[in-house]
Amino acid sequence: MSEVKFSKEHEWITLEDDVATIGITKHATEMLGDIVFAELPEKGSNVEKDGTAGVVESTKAASDVYTPVSGEIVDTNQAIVDDPSKINEDPEGSAWFFKLKMKDQSEMDSLMNKEEYDKFAKESAS
Amino acid sequence: MEIKKTSLNKLHQSNKAKFVEFAGYEMPIQYSKGIIEEHKFTRSHSGIFDVSHMGQLFIYGDETLTEELEKIFPLDLKNLNQNCSKYSFLMNEDAGIYDDLIITKIEEGYLIILNAACKDKDFEILSNLLGSKFRMNLDNDRSLIAIQGPKSVEILNSIINGVDQLNFMTGNWFDSDNQKLFVTRSGYTGEDGFEISISNENAEKFVENLIKKGAQLIGLGARDTLRLEAGLCLYGHELDINKTPVEANLKWAISKSRLSNGGFIGSKKIMNQIQDGASQIRVGVKPEGRLIAREKTKIFDDTDTQIGEITSGTFGPSVNGPIAMGYVNKEFSKVDTKILLEVRGKKHPANVCALPFYKKNYVKGVN
Repeated sequence: MSEVKFSKEHEWITLEDDVATIGITKHATEMLGDIVFAELPEKGSNVEKDGTAGVVESTKAASDVYTPVSGEIVDTNQAIVDDPSKINEDPEGSAWFFKLKMKDQSEMDSLMNKEEYDKFAKESAS
Repeated sequence: MEIKKTSLNKLHQSNKAKFVEFAGYEMPIQYSKGIIEEHKFTRSHSGIFDVSHMGQLFIYGDETLTEELEKIFPLDLKNLNQNCSKYSFLMNEDAGIYDDLIITKIEEGYLIILNAACKDKDFEILSNLLGSKFRMNLDNDRSLIAIQGPKSVEILNSIINGVDQLNFMTGNWFDSDNQKLFVTRSGYTGEDGFEISISNENAEKFVENLIKKGAQLIGLGARDTLRLEAGLCLYGHELDINKTPVEANLKWAISKSRLSNGGFIGSKKIMNQIQDGASQIRVGVKPEGRLIAREKTKIFDDTDTQIGEITSGTFGPSVNGPIAMGYVNKEFSKVDTKILLEVRGKKHPANVCALPFYKKNYVKGVN
Protein backbone atom coordinates (compact mmCIF):
# COMPACT_ATOMS: atom_id res chain seq x y z
CA MET A 1 0.00 0.00 0.00
CA SER A 2 1.16 3.54 -0.74
CA GLU A 3 2.09 6.19 1.74
CA VAL A 4 -0.92 8.09 3.14
CA LYS A 5 -1.52 11.37 1.33
CA PHE A 6 -3.67 14.30 2.37
CA SER A 7 -5.75 17.03 0.71
CA LYS A 8 -6.36 20.64 1.69
CA GLU A 9 -10.01 19.72 2.25
CA HIS A 10 -8.84 17.41 5.07
CA GLU A 11 -9.26 14.05 3.37
CA TRP A 12 -6.71 11.25 3.60
CA ILE A 13 -6.07 8.75 0.81
CA THR A 14 -4.14 5.52 0.38
CA LEU A 15 -3.64 3.63 -2.85
CA GLU A 16 -3.45 -0.12 -3.38
CA ASP A 17 -2.95 -1.10 -7.05
CA ASP A 18 -5.43 1.30 -8.69
CA VAL A 19 -7.98 1.40 -5.84
CA ALA A 20 -7.85 4.38 -3.50
CA THR A 21 -9.35 4.39 0.02
CA ILE A 22 -10.50 7.81 1.18
CA GLY A 23 -11.65 9.20 4.52
CA ILE A 24 -11.52 12.41 6.55
CA THR A 25 -8.64 13.30 8.85
CA LYS A 26 -8.57 13.30 12.62
CA HIS A 27 -7.99 17.03 12.45
CA ALA A 28 -11.21 17.38 10.42
CA THR A 29 -13.22 15.42 12.99
CA GLU A 30 -11.82 17.60 15.76
CA MET A 31 -12.99 20.71 13.93
CA LEU A 32 -16.41 19.22 13.17
CA GLY A 33 -17.18 17.91 16.64
CA ASP A 34 -19.52 14.97 17.20
CA ILE A 35 -20.50 13.52 13.84
CA VAL A 36 -24.10 12.31 13.75
CA PHE A 37 -24.81 11.75 10.06
CA ALA A 38 -22.88 10.53 7.04
CA GLU A 39 -23.96 10.30 3.41
CA LEU A 40 -21.73 8.49 0.93
CA PRO A 41 -21.60 8.41 -2.87
CA GLU A 42 -23.36 5.58 -4.68
CA LYS A 43 -21.41 2.54 -5.76
CA GLY A 44 -20.78 2.66 -9.49
CA SER A 45 -20.97 6.45 -9.65
CA ASN A 46 -18.10 8.53 -10.95
CA VAL A 47 -16.60 11.35 -8.91
CA GLU A 48 -14.26 14.10 -10.07
CA LYS A 49 -11.15 15.36 -8.29
CA ASP A 50 -12.11 18.12 -5.79
CA GLY A 51 -15.83 17.46 -6.38
CA THR A 52 -18.28 16.58 -3.59
CA ALA A 53 -18.53 12.92 -2.69
CA GLY A 54 -20.65 12.84 0.42
CA VAL A 55 -21.78 14.80 3.45
CA VAL A 56 -21.04 14.67 7.14
CA GLU A 57 -23.10 16.42 9.74
CA SER A 58 -22.12 17.26 13.27
CA THR A 59 -24.56 18.36 15.96
CA LYS A 60 -23.76 21.88 14.75
CA ALA A 61 -23.69 21.87 10.94
CA ALA A 62 -23.46 19.98 7.65
CA SER A 63 -20.19 19.81 5.69
CA ASP A 64 -19.44 18.44 2.25
CA VAL A 65 -16.89 15.68 1.84
CA TYR A 66 -14.70 16.10 -1.23
CA THR A 67 -12.74 13.53 -3.16
CA PRO A 68 -9.07 14.38 -3.68
CA VAL A 69 -8.90 12.22 -6.84
CA SER A 70 -11.21 11.16 -9.71
CA GLY A 71 -12.58 7.70 -10.28
CA GLU A 72 -15.42 5.20 -10.06
CA ILE A 73 -16.78 4.38 -6.60
CA VAL A 74 -16.27 0.65 -6.00
CA ASP A 75 -17.11 0.40 -2.29
CA THR A 76 -18.58 2.48 0.53
CA ASN A 77 -18.40 2.01 4.30
CA GLN A 78 -21.96 1.29 5.48
CA ALA A 79 -20.72 0.97 9.09
CA ILE A 80 -20.19 4.75 9.36
CA VAL A 81 -23.64 5.43 7.91
CA ASP A 82 -25.20 3.13 10.50
CA ASP A 83 -23.12 4.57 13.34
CA PRO A 84 -21.54 7.92 12.44
CA SER A 85 -19.86 8.21 15.86
CA LYS A 86 -17.31 5.70 14.53
CA ILE A 87 -15.92 8.55 12.42
CA ASN A 88 -14.90 10.41 15.58
CA GLU A 89 -13.50 7.25 17.12
CA ASP A 90 -11.24 6.04 14.31
CA PRO A 91 -11.27 8.53 11.42
CA GLU A 92 -8.00 7.47 9.84
CA GLY A 93 -8.58 3.74 10.26
CA SER A 94 -11.79 1.70 10.28
CA ALA A 95 -13.98 4.74 9.52
CA TRP A 96 -12.92 5.15 5.89
CA PHE A 97 -15.63 6.64 3.64
CA PHE A 98 -15.29 5.11 0.16
CA LYS A 99 -12.99 3.28 -2.22
CA LEU A 100 -12.62 4.32 -5.81
CA LYS A 101 -10.89 2.99 -8.89
CA MET A 102 -8.52 5.72 -10.00
CA LYS A 103 -8.36 6.87 -13.59
CA ASP A 104 -5.20 8.91 -13.38
CA GLN A 105 -2.74 8.04 -10.64
CA SER A 106 -0.74 11.19 -11.28
CA GLU A 107 -3.50 13.02 -9.36
CA MET A 108 -1.79 11.67 -6.23
CA ASP A 109 1.32 13.73 -6.93
CA SER A 110 -0.12 17.09 -5.92
CA LEU A 111 -1.34 15.84 -2.53
CA MET A 112 0.50 16.44 0.74
CA ASN A 113 2.45 13.91 2.77
CA LYS A 114 1.84 13.60 6.51
CA GLU A 115 4.45 16.12 7.52
CA GLU A 116 3.17 18.70 5.04
CA TYR A 117 -0.44 18.10 6.05
CA ASP A 118 0.25 18.39 9.78
CA LYS A 119 1.89 21.74 9.14
CA PHE A 120 -1.01 22.83 6.90
CA ALA A 121 -3.62 21.73 9.47
CA LYS A 122 -1.83 23.54 12.28
CA GLU A 123 -1.61 26.74 10.24
CA SER A 124 -5.22 26.61 9.01
CA ALA A 125 -6.50 26.04 12.56
CA SER A 126 -4.80 29.11 13.99
CA MET B 1 -18.09 46.82 17.67
CA GLU B 2 -15.92 45.06 20.19
CA ILE B 3 -17.08 41.63 21.21
CA LYS B 4 -18.53 41.48 24.73
CA LYS B 5 -17.38 38.98 27.32
CA THR B 6 -19.19 37.63 30.35
CA SER B 7 -17.62 37.52 33.80
CA LEU B 8 -16.96 33.80 33.29
CA ASN B 9 -14.91 34.24 30.10
CA LYS B 10 -11.59 33.37 31.77
CA LEU B 11 -13.12 30.30 33.37
CA HIS B 12 -14.43 29.17 29.97
CA GLN B 13 -10.94 29.60 28.53
CA SER B 14 -9.29 27.61 31.29
CA ASN B 15 -11.88 24.88 30.67
CA LYS B 16 -10.82 24.75 27.00
CA ALA B 17 -14.00 26.21 25.56
CA LYS B 18 -14.46 26.65 21.83
CA PHE B 19 -15.98 30.07 21.41
CA VAL B 20 -18.53 31.49 19.00
CA GLU B 21 -19.98 34.94 18.70
CA PHE B 22 -23.58 34.96 19.87
CA ALA B 23 -25.59 38.18 20.04
CA GLY B 24 -22.39 40.21 20.27
CA TYR B 25 -20.89 38.07 23.04
CA GLU B 26 -18.02 35.63 22.97
CA MET B 27 -19.75 32.50 24.25
CA PRO B 28 -18.65 28.88 24.67
CA ILE B 29 -20.25 26.60 22.06
CA GLN B 30 -18.67 23.54 23.67
CA TYR B 31 -15.82 22.42 25.92
CA SER B 32 -13.33 19.60 25.33
CA LYS B 33 -15.80 16.73 25.79
CA GLY B 34 -18.07 17.84 22.98
CA ILE B 35 -21.77 18.51 22.57
CA ILE B 36 -23.07 14.94 22.90
CA GLU B 37 -21.17 14.19 26.12
CA GLU B 38 -22.16 17.56 27.56
CA HIS B 39 -25.80 16.97 26.65
CA LYS B 40 -25.85 13.52 28.25
CA PHE B 41 -24.04 14.76 31.35
CA THR B 42 -26.74 17.39 31.85
CA ARG B 43 -29.50 14.78 31.53
CA SER B 44 -27.80 12.38 33.97
CA HIS B 45 -25.92 14.68 36.38
CA SER B 46 -25.73 18.46 36.44
CA GLY B 47 -24.68 20.99 33.83
CA ILE B 48 -23.68 24.62 34.39
CA PHE B 49 -24.60 27.15 31.70
CA ASP B 50 -23.30 30.69 31.47
CA VAL B 51 -26.37 32.63 30.35
CA SER B 52 -25.02 35.99 31.49
CA HIS B 53 -25.51 37.39 28.00
CA MET B 54 -29.25 37.33 28.64
CA GLY B 55 -30.89 40.50 29.91
CA GLN B 56 -31.89 40.88 33.54
CA LEU B 57 -34.38 43.71 33.59
CA PHE B 58 -35.54 44.91 36.98
CA ILE B 59 -38.60 47.18 36.91
CA TYR B 60 -39.47 48.74 40.25
CA GLY B 61 -42.98 49.79 41.15
CA ASP B 62 -46.21 49.03 42.99
CA GLU B 63 -49.73 48.02 41.90
CA THR B 64 -49.80 50.69 39.17
CA LEU B 65 -46.82 48.92 37.58
CA THR B 66 -48.81 45.68 37.57
CA GLU B 67 -51.66 47.49 35.79
CA GLU B 68 -49.31 48.97 33.20
CA LEU B 69 -47.62 45.63 32.55
CA GLU B 70 -50.98 43.94 32.04
CA LYS B 71 -51.51 46.34 29.12
CA ILE B 72 -48.35 44.84 27.58
CA PHE B 73 -48.18 41.17 28.56
CA PRO B 74 -50.98 38.57 28.14
CA LEU B 75 -50.74 37.62 31.80
CA ASP B 76 -52.92 37.80 34.89
CA LEU B 77 -50.25 39.63 36.86
CA LYS B 78 -52.69 40.91 39.50
CA ASN B 79 -53.26 37.35 40.67
CA LEU B 80 -49.65 36.27 40.28
CA ASN B 81 -48.14 35.59 43.67
CA GLN B 82 -44.91 37.23 44.68
CA ASN B 83 -41.86 35.14 43.68
CA CYS B 84 -43.80 33.30 40.98
CA SER B 85 -42.59 33.27 37.37
CA LYS B 86 -44.43 33.12 34.05
CA TYR B 87 -43.26 32.53 30.49
CA SER B 88 -44.54 35.29 28.22
CA PHE B 89 -43.90 37.48 25.16
CA LEU B 90 -43.35 41.06 24.21
CA MET B 91 -45.50 41.62 21.11
CA ASN B 92 -46.45 44.26 18.60
CA GLU B 93 -50.06 45.18 17.71
CA ASP B 94 -50.20 42.29 15.22
CA ALA B 95 -49.12 39.88 17.97
CA GLY B 96 -45.73 39.48 16.25
CA ILE B 97 -43.18 38.46 18.84
CA TYR B 98 -40.36 40.90 19.71
CA ASP B 99 -39.06 38.52 22.33
CA ASP B 100 -40.02 35.64 24.58
CA LEU B 101 -39.20 36.06 28.23
CA ILE B 102 -39.64 34.94 31.83
CA ILE B 103 -41.22 37.45 34.18
CA THR B 104 -41.08 37.04 37.95
CA LYS B 105 -42.99 39.12 40.49
CA ILE B 106 -40.54 40.22 43.17
CA GLU B 107 -41.05 42.28 46.30
CA GLU B 108 -39.86 45.48 44.65
CA GLY B 109 -41.59 44.98 41.30
CA TYR B 110 -40.70 42.60 38.48
CA LEU B 111 -37.65 40.84 37.13
CA ILE B 112 -37.78 40.01 33.42
CA ILE B 113 -35.23 37.71 31.77
CA LEU B 114 -34.75 38.67 28.12
CA ASN B 115 -32.94 37.12 25.17
CA ALA B 116 -29.44 38.50 24.59
CA ALA B 117 -30.07 39.49 20.98
CA CYS B 118 -33.31 41.30 21.88
CA LYS B 119 -32.60 42.87 25.25
CA ASP B 120 -31.58 46.37 24.16
CA LYS B 121 -34.53 46.72 21.82
CA ASP B 122 -36.87 45.28 24.48
CA PHE B 123 -35.61 47.87 26.92
CA GLU B 124 -36.32 50.63 24.44
CA ILE B 125 -39.81 49.31 23.67
CA LEU B 126 -40.69 48.88 27.33
CA SER B 127 -39.26 52.30 28.23
CA ASN B 128 -41.46 53.90 25.58
CA LEU B 129 -44.52 51.99 26.76
CA LEU B 130 -44.02 52.60 30.47
CA GLY B 131 -42.78 56.17 30.23
CA SER B 132 -40.70 57.49 33.08
CA LYS B 133 -43.03 56.45 35.91
CA PHE B 134 -41.04 53.41 36.92
CA ARG B 135 -37.36 52.85 37.54
CA MET B 136 -35.97 50.32 35.06
CA ASN B 137 -32.57 48.71 35.26
CA LEU B 138 -31.20 46.39 32.60
CA ASP B 139 -28.62 45.15 35.05
CA ASN B 140 -25.17 44.61 33.53
CA ASP B 141 -23.59 44.17 36.95
CA ARG B 142 -25.14 40.76 37.44
CA SER B 143 -24.30 37.44 35.81
CA LEU B 144 -26.85 34.70 35.19
CA ILE B 145 -25.89 31.08 35.76
CA ALA B 146 -28.15 28.12 35.01
CA ILE B 147 -27.62 24.74 36.63
CA GLN B 148 -29.66 21.96 35.07
CA GLY B 149 -30.10 18.24 35.52
CA PRO B 150 -31.15 15.75 38.20
CA LYS B 151 -28.18 16.33 40.56
CA SER B 152 -28.52 20.12 40.43
CA VAL B 153 -30.83 20.45 43.44
CA GLU B 154 -28.43 18.57 45.72
CA ILE B 155 -25.37 20.44 44.42
CA LEU B 156 -26.91 23.91 44.57
CA ASN B 157 -28.55 23.31 47.95
CA SER B 158 -25.16 22.44 49.44
CA ILE B 159 -24.02 25.96 48.51
CA ILE B 160 -27.27 27.91 48.89
CA ASN B 161 -29.24 26.25 51.63
CA GLY B 162 -33.00 26.29 51.03
CA VAL B 163 -33.20 26.28 47.24
CA ASP B 164 -34.54 22.72 47.42
CA GLN B 165 -37.75 24.21 48.83
CA LEU B 166 -38.49 26.21 45.67
CA ASN B 167 -41.29 24.95 43.43
CA PHE B 168 -40.90 24.95 39.65
CA MET B 169 -41.33 28.46 38.21
CA THR B 170 -40.85 30.21 41.53
CA GLY B 171 -37.88 32.12 42.89
CA ASN B 172 -36.54 34.04 45.85
CA TRP B 173 -33.64 36.04 47.20
CA PHE B 174 -31.10 33.97 49.10
CA ASP B 175 -28.05 34.92 51.14
CA SER B 176 -24.90 32.99 50.47
CA ASP B 177 -21.38 33.93 51.47
CA ASN B 178 -22.60 37.43 52.42
CA GLN B 179 -24.10 38.14 49.02
CA LYS B 180 -27.65 38.40 47.74
CA LEU B 181 -28.56 35.95 45.01
CA PHE B 182 -31.87 35.68 43.23
CA VAL B 183 -32.58 32.03 42.47
CA THR B 184 -35.46 30.68 40.39
CA ARG B 185 -36.30 27.03 39.83
CA SER B 186 -36.46 27.06 36.06
CA GLY B 187 -34.43 26.50 32.96
CA TYR B 188 -34.57 25.62 29.33
CA THR B 189 -33.35 22.06 29.02
CA GLY B 190 -36.34 19.95 30.04
CA GLU B 191 -34.60 19.09 33.30
CA ASP B 192 -35.10 20.19 36.87
CA GLY B 193 -32.79 23.07 37.58
CA PHE B 194 -32.19 26.62 38.67
CA GLU B 195 -31.11 29.99 37.37
CA ILE B 196 -29.00 32.11 39.67
CA SER B 197 -28.61 35.86 39.34
CA ILE B 198 -25.33 36.84 41.00
CA SER B 199 -23.07 39.90 41.00
CA ASN B 200 -20.34 39.75 38.34
CA GLU B 201 -17.47 39.81 40.81
CA ASN B 202 -18.77 36.72 42.63
CA ALA B 203 -19.80 34.69 39.59
CA GLU B 204 -16.51 32.93 38.85
CA LYS B 205 -15.95 31.75 42.41
CA PHE B 206 -19.55 30.57 42.61
CA VAL B 207 -19.23 28.50 39.44
CA GLU B 208 -15.88 27.06 40.56
CA ASN B 209 -17.69 25.94 43.69
CA LEU B 210 -20.40 24.24 41.63
CA ILE B 211 -17.69 22.45 39.63
CA LYS B 212 -16.02 21.30 42.87
CA LYS B 213 -19.34 19.76 43.90
CA GLY B 214 -19.51 17.74 40.67
CA ALA B 215 -21.33 19.91 38.13
CA GLN B 216 -19.68 20.61 34.76
CA LEU B 217 -19.65 23.55 32.39
CA ILE B 218 -21.86 23.01 29.32
CA GLY B 219 -21.75 25.06 26.11
CA LEU B 220 -24.43 26.64 23.95
CA GLY B 221 -24.25 23.69 21.53
CA ALA B 222 -25.65 21.27 24.09
CA ARG B 223 -28.04 23.93 25.36
CA ASP B 224 -29.54 23.93 21.86
CA THR B 225 -29.85 20.13 21.58
CA LEU B 226 -31.32 19.98 25.10
CA ARG B 227 -33.95 22.67 24.47
CA LEU B 228 -34.87 21.17 21.12
CA GLU B 229 -35.39 17.71 22.66
CA ALA B 230 -37.56 19.43 25.25
CA GLY B 231 -39.63 21.02 22.44
CA LEU B 232 -38.80 24.55 23.57
CA CYS B 233 -38.69 27.52 21.20
CA LEU B 234 -35.59 29.57 20.48
CA TYR B 235 -36.03 33.19 19.53
CA GLY B 236 -34.81 33.91 16.00
CA HIS B 237 -35.69 30.35 14.98
CA GLU B 238 -39.19 29.28 16.09
CA LEU B 239 -40.12 32.80 17.15
CA ASP B 240 -39.75 36.16 15.45
CA ILE B 241 -41.66 39.32 14.64
CA ASN B 242 -43.64 37.50 11.91
CA LYS B 243 -44.91 34.76 14.24
CA THR B 244 -47.64 34.98 16.86
CA PRO B 245 -47.93 32.96 20.08
CA VAL B 246 -50.95 31.13 18.61
CA GLU B 247 -49.00 30.14 15.50
CA ALA B 248 -46.11 29.09 17.73
CA ASN B 249 -48.51 26.78 19.58
CA LEU B 250 -47.84 28.66 22.80
CA LYS B 251 -51.34 29.78 23.69
CA TRP B 252 -50.99 27.86 26.97
CA ALA B 253 -48.75 30.74 28.04
CA ILE B 254 -51.56 33.27 27.68
CA SER B 255 -53.57 33.63 30.88
CA LYS B 256 -57.15 32.43 30.32
CA SER B 257 -58.64 35.39 32.13
CA ARG B 258 -56.95 37.74 29.65
CA LEU B 259 -58.38 36.01 26.60
CA SER B 260 -61.98 37.04 27.28
CA ASN B 261 -61.35 40.76 27.71
CA GLY B 262 -58.07 41.36 25.91
CA GLY B 263 -56.60 44.75 26.62
CA PHE B 264 -52.98 43.79 26.02
CA ILE B 265 -50.89 44.62 22.96
CA GLY B 266 -51.72 42.15 20.19
CA SER B 267 -54.85 40.86 21.95
CA LYS B 268 -57.16 41.43 18.96
CA LYS B 269 -55.05 39.32 16.63
CA ILE B 270 -54.64 36.62 19.26
CA MET B 271 -58.35 36.42 20.02
CA ASN B 272 -59.11 36.22 16.29
CA GLN B 273 -56.55 33.51 15.74
CA ILE B 274 -57.81 31.48 18.68
CA GLN B 275 -61.33 31.69 17.29
CA ASP B 276 -60.52 31.03 13.63
CA GLY B 277 -57.30 29.06 14.01
CA ALA B 278 -53.94 30.14 12.66
CA SER B 279 -53.09 29.20 9.08
CA GLN B 280 -49.66 27.86 10.07
CA ILE B 281 -48.65 26.23 13.31
CA ARG B 282 -45.46 25.04 14.98
CA VAL B 283 -45.08 21.27 15.16
CA GLY B 284 -42.48 18.66 16.03
CA VAL B 285 -40.92 16.86 13.07
CA LYS B 286 -39.27 13.45 13.20
CA PRO B 287 -37.29 12.62 10.04
CA GLU B 288 -37.16 8.92 9.15
CA GLY B 289 -33.71 7.32 9.40
CA ARG B 290 -30.78 9.50 10.42
CA LEU B 291 -31.38 12.47 8.14
CA ILE B 292 -30.92 15.87 9.75
CA ALA B 293 -33.16 18.66 8.49
CA ARG B 294 -31.67 22.03 9.38
CA GLU B 295 -33.32 25.40 9.72
CA LYS B 296 -34.92 26.62 6.43
CA THR B 297 -35.42 23.07 5.10
CA LYS B 298 -38.57 23.16 2.98
CA ILE B 299 -41.47 20.88 3.93
CA PHE B 300 -43.64 19.36 1.18
CA ASP B 301 -46.76 17.22 0.95
CA ASP B 302 -46.95 14.21 -1.40
CA THR B 303 -48.20 16.39 -4.28
CA ASP B 304 -44.98 18.43 -4.32
CA THR B 305 -46.63 21.47 -2.77
CA GLN B 306 -44.61 23.31 -0.15
CA ILE B 307 -46.54 23.27 3.12
CA GLY B 308 -44.00 24.66 5.55
CA GLU B 309 -40.43 25.13 6.71
CA ILE B 310 -38.12 23.77 9.41
CA THR B 311 -37.03 26.31 12.05
CA SER B 312 -34.58 24.16 14.05
CA GLY B 313 -33.17 20.70 13.41
CA THR B 314 -30.38 18.66 14.87
CA PHE B 315 -29.44 15.28 16.26
CA GLY B 316 -30.99 14.59 19.66
CA PRO B 317 -28.39 12.77 21.77
CA SER B 318 -30.91 11.43 24.34
CA VAL B 319 -33.47 10.56 21.66
CA ASN B 320 -30.57 9.07 19.67
CA GLY B 321 -31.92 10.31 16.38
CA PRO B 322 -32.70 13.37 14.33
CA ILE B 323 -35.29 15.84 15.62
CA ALA B 324 -36.70 19.10 14.31
CA MET B 325 -39.38 21.73 14.74
CA GLY B 326 -41.02 23.80 12.08
CA TYR B 327 -44.17 25.47 10.83
CA VAL B 328 -46.71 23.69 8.61
CA ASN B 329 -50.09 24.65 7.19
CA LYS B 330 -52.68 23.79 9.82
CA GLU B 331 -54.23 20.89 7.85
CA PHE B 332 -50.86 19.11 8.10
CA SER B 333 -50.32 19.77 11.81
CA LYS B 334 -51.88 16.57 13.18
CA VAL B 335 -49.52 14.12 14.85
CA ASP B 336 -48.43 11.28 12.52
CA THR B 337 -49.08 13.28 9.33
CA LYS B 338 -46.59 12.16 6.68
CA ILE B 339 -44.53 14.99 5.21
CA LEU B 340 -41.45 15.31 3.00
CA LEU B 341 -38.28 17.27 3.75
CA GLU B 342 -36.12 18.61 0.94
CA VAL B 343 -32.48 18.17 1.88
CA ARG B 344 -29.69 18.65 -0.67
CA GLY B 345 -32.16 18.48 -3.55
CA LYS B 346 -33.86 15.23 -2.52
CA LYS B 347 -37.12 14.69 -0.68
CA HIS B 348 -37.00 12.53 2.44
CA PRO B 349 -39.93 11.16 4.46
CA ALA B 350 -40.73 12.50 7.93
CA ASN B 351 -43.62 12.58 10.37
CA VAL B 352 -45.29 15.34 12.32
CA CYS B 353 -44.89 14.34 15.95
CA ALA B 354 -45.89 15.36 19.44
CA LEU B 355 -43.59 17.56 21.53
CA PRO B 356 -41.47 17.20 23.57
CA PHE B 357 -39.15 14.62 22.03
CA TYR B 358 -37.76 13.96 25.46
CA LYS B 359 -39.95 13.67 28.54
CA LYS B 360 -39.53 16.46 31.05
CA ASN B 361 -38.27 15.89 34.55
CA TYR B 362 -39.49 19.11 36.14
CA VAL B 363 -40.17 19.06 39.85
CA LYS B 364 -43.80 20.12 40.07
CA GLY B 365 -44.05 20.76 43.76
CA VAL B 366 -41.95 20.14 46.81
CA ASN B 367 -44.23 21.91 49.26
